[in-house]
Amino acid sequence: MKDLFDKHKPIAERFERMMAMGTNAVGVTNERVLSPTRAVIGGRETILAGTNNYMGITFEPECIAAGKRALEEFGTGTTGSRIANGTYHLHRQLELDLAAFLGREHCIVFTTGYQANLGMLAGLAGPKDTIFLDADSHSSIYDGCTLSGAKLVRFRHNDANDLSKRLGRLEGEEGGRLVVLEGIYSMLGDRAPLEDFVEAKKRHGFQLLVDEAHSFGVLGTHGRGLADEAGLEQEVDFVVGTFSKSIGAIGGFGAGNHPMFDTLRYASRPYMFTASPSPSTVATANAALRRLAAEPERRVKIMKNSHRLFEGFKSLGLDLGCDTVSPVIAVKCPDEPSTIMMWNALLTGGVYVNIALPPGTPGKTCLLRCSVSAAHSDAEIDRIIALFGQVVADTHSPPMAVGL
Amino acid sequence: MSTTEATEASRAEIFDSICKLLSPFNYSGIELRPDTDISADLNIDSVTVMDFVMEVEDHFDIEIPLNVLSETRTMSDLVTVVEAGIRRSRLA
Repeated sequence: MKDLFDKHKPIAERFERMMAMGTNAVGVTNERVLSPTRAVIGGRETILAGTNNYMGITFEPECIAAGKRALEEFGTGTTGSRIANGTYHLHRQLELDLAAFLGREHCIVFTTGYQANLGMLAGLAGPKDTIFLDADSHSSIYDGCTLSGAKLVRFRHNDANDLSKRLGRLEGEEGGRLVVLEGIYSMLGDRAPLEDFVEAKKRHGFQLLVDEAHSFGVLGTHGRGLADEAGLEQEVDFVVGTFSKSIGAIGGFGAGNHPMFDTLRYASRPYMFTASPSPSTVATANAALRRLAAEPERRVKIMKNSHRLFEGFKSLGLDLGCDTVSPVIAVKCPDEPSTIMMWNALLTGGVYVNIALPPGTPGKTCLLRCSVSAAHSDAEIDRIIALFGQVVADTHSPPMAVGL
Repeated sequence: MSTTEATEASRAEIFDSICKLLSPFNYSGIELRPDTDISADLNIDSVTVMDFVMEVEDHFDIEIPLNVLSETRTMSDLVTVVEAGIRRSRLA
């Protein structure tokens, strides 16, 4: 009998090699969480610089109070899907408030951000349609595309000409065409060149979905994301977002103006066949949305913090993921062992960042990925920069003690 | 030249072109044969396979959807996919 786990031996060995170098970089446990930017890890107070907690909203008293109230009034869980017993007025209210915030006619709330992409993509596209997805798309987009059964065409990252070429090759095929982009790409922190893609849309005709997971709350005058920043919201047919970043909860949403948008509630399996998010989750998400809308200064602060970290890293001569400043700032490292070594040294020094290795990264790069929060103090940002400087110097200097 | 011969000749040409395109991704310098499993034998991850296939698409000016790719394992499979792609683009 062939053991099903045999196929996982190569990744198990890779994991063993990482463990041999120190800490388990993919199994970090926060023993206590002290604030949006501080936690106790390995018994040590640590600055969090890899949480996607962009607005630093996770300990907002108003959000905590709303969550407690919902727990007491509605219980711990809904025990049902949205199309059965799992829709409470809290879910409906959040959908209405999100639609208003986004300036869209319709909005559907999903249980997680991952499911929001699964639900939107598999709901919109079917086996006769074609989805064109950016090469650097998040796994939830790849998985949603697979679930849809549509023909999947991958175009070169941020390259509207490459997309146009592929649209041209498949001209005249039956079925609809959906192009999927991200506002801010999660690994390198670069934005989609939306103007170029809107040009392509005018030339070729397709429906456009933008996943604003990392840009919602962060970019644009209203904090609605990249399309808001670029002034091109009218050209974007569908928006996807998550509550696990700027909103500081868990869940996701899809929104749009299509008159048949709500049909997705009866056509999208990831929406229909999972329990709805818990009352306290929905209540905290809604309270956080109100704070985002009422406090644009959070967006000013996060960009100020992002510039501070970006400039600090640049002055250290670090090779960064992209040249535009966003709250996602990735440091490119030479190879896997040195990345693991530096990640360990950062954690020991009291700074947590994300480690990102191929194939989870574009172009086989190894990354130490930082995400900035509006809640970071200048002193915390400066500490992150100083520690990176020290760790990089130590890693690249001749290993004096080794082999003596 | 019979139709069969012509087809075989073009299969061989496609195979040679694919070998050239694959060389930058063939890190361990494995000898490429029709039954070589592109991902498993060359030990390259799924994303690298997709990046390599983009080069194949551009070389032949065809589209190879990811769904087709997921059922393409060997060099010979890929030659068949490219052949079909070329045939389709001639018809279009």
